[in-house]
Amino acid sequence: MEAVIIGVGLHPFGRFAGKSAMDMAAGAVRSALGDAGVSWPQVQAGFVGSLEVYNPDAIVGRLGLTGIPLRGVFNGCATAGTAVAMAARAIETGEHDLTIAIGMDKHPRGAFAADPSVAGLPAWYGQTGMYLTTHFFGMKINRYMHDHGISHQTLAKVAAKNFRNASANDKAWRRTPLSEAEILASPVLNYPLRQFMYCGPDEGAAAIVLCRADQAHEYAGRPVRVRACALRSRRIGAFEVQSPSVPVAEHAPSPTVDASREAYEIAGIGPQDVAVAQLQDTDAGSEIIHLAENGLCKDGEQERMIADGETEITGRLPVNTDGGLIGNGEPIGASGLRQIHELVLQLRGAAGARQVAGAPAVGYAHLYGAPGVSAVTILST
Amino acid sequence: MSGTRQVPVAEGLFTWPSDEPRLIGAQCAGCGLVRFPAGSACERCGGTQAAERLLSGRGTLWTFTTQGFRPPSPPYDGAGTAATFEPYALGYVELPGEVMVEARLTEPDPARLAIGQPMRLAIVPYSVSADGTQLMTFAFAPVDGADQAGPATEA
Repeated sequence: MEAVIIGVGLHPFGRFAGKSAMDMAAGAVRSALGDAGVSWPQVQAGFVGSLEVYNPDAIVGRLGLTGIPLRGVFNGCATAGTAVAMAARAIETGEHDLTIAIGMDKHPRGAFAADPSVAGLPAWYGQTGMYLTTHFFGMKINRYMHDHGISHQTLAKVAAKNFRNASANDKAWRRTPLSEAEILASPVLNYPLRQFMYCGPDEGAAAIVLCRADQAHEYAGRPVRVRACALRSRRIGAFEVQSPSVPVAEHAPSPTVDASREAYEIAGIGPQDVAVAQLQDTDAGSEIIHLAENGLCKDGEQERMIADGETEITGRLPVNTDGGLIGNGEPIGASGLRQIHELVLQLRGAAGARQVAGAPAVGYAHLYGAPGVSAVTILST
Repeated sequence: MSGTRQVPVAEGLFTWPSDEPRLIGAQCAGCGLVRFPAGSACERCGGTQAAERLLSGRGTLWTFTTQGFRPPSPPYDGAGTAATFEPYALGYVELPGEVMVEARLTEPDPARLAIGQPMRLAIVPYSVSADGTQLMTFAFAPVDGADQAGPATEA
């Protein structure tokens, strides 16, 4: 039985002093339940993701202790992809009729910091300043620009677009538009990437309610179909974040490519059918690379596509219509559910000032993060 | 350097002191994959039997970036503070026929680095402890006379 999304809820992303991640998530859940016309006791199972909250499943203490199975999930920046996939799978297999996916986080300021041992890496890798994700993205886009003729100006155009889109989104964090000149004048953090080309860790929460497609008419929300969920880890020979070395004799594509191909195949939908996409824009370079890795263009085509405005809300293939990670920041557990929230609004025609014209029918969500993991979700009307 | 105590950041990472230092990698006994650091298992086949292999001290720069802000401490244990932090460069250096290694680069200016340029291994101090002891790590330096590779592309 196919799973459909009948409710979405989003706590704004940003900084909320004195408010806990779990309180934000409880608010997002109440919004999603209200959107679906569902009460908490009707929810039969849930999947909850967070980096900072050790027991995110404790959220039931704020919603009602109904005794349902609530499972914690974590896959780094792809955490929400796992929450959605498992919530949908529980319906597809017939185990449950109505499920929920929840994500929450509240990160301290600045780059993520941890002991390398949490990722199975040696201590010296952190001591000498290499246990970071940010410099990987600088190195990957630097090589990509060299190989495929992408300019610094195009990096700035992507960041400017996402800040512009965020300015039309009252739940986004960075709502002040920035010009390409301002972006190109900001300090270089990891050459060629500058401060205003990066997303930042922040705070927020999101939730989505799913049910069996044949029962959707019983609820208030307009259903959006879950056509495919895929998650893939890195293969030997892929150039991946947090890798002290990479083999030279064999090459494999990013797990994004593997997850994307699998998702298109499951959905029976091709890249040419995608009407609106949310792509992991940890930085402006990542959005450019992910356009190609998700099959939405060929390597190098981005330079012309972006110059022509094709990825703008008014363009042929709108990308990160709510501002993406650059405009919203990244509360890791919730980030991918924000993408789903935006796609559902777009497919319902309810995205307001940032609505994509022409009644988009297919939405595409993509996540990527450490230690080389990618999740893709395809939705349709 | 006489009088300055120097210690490597980790044992078993590189041969040093030496006029020709080498990174200490491993070659899987099962599938032959060369890896760095030596570690405990092969990323390709999962095999746990391997022979130590001293890697080539020369290679070419596959990609690079800069570290423009002080990495969070811990785990970073470089000297100084965010205010005194001096940016450094990082890259992946391809050791032909062996493996591509992530490393610090001795040249911090991206305008003086170019993809494809020849590089050689160096053991350099990256931090200094309270008693003056220098902490040493591996890095790659542009091979002298390799500047004709030209500056990095800038739009």
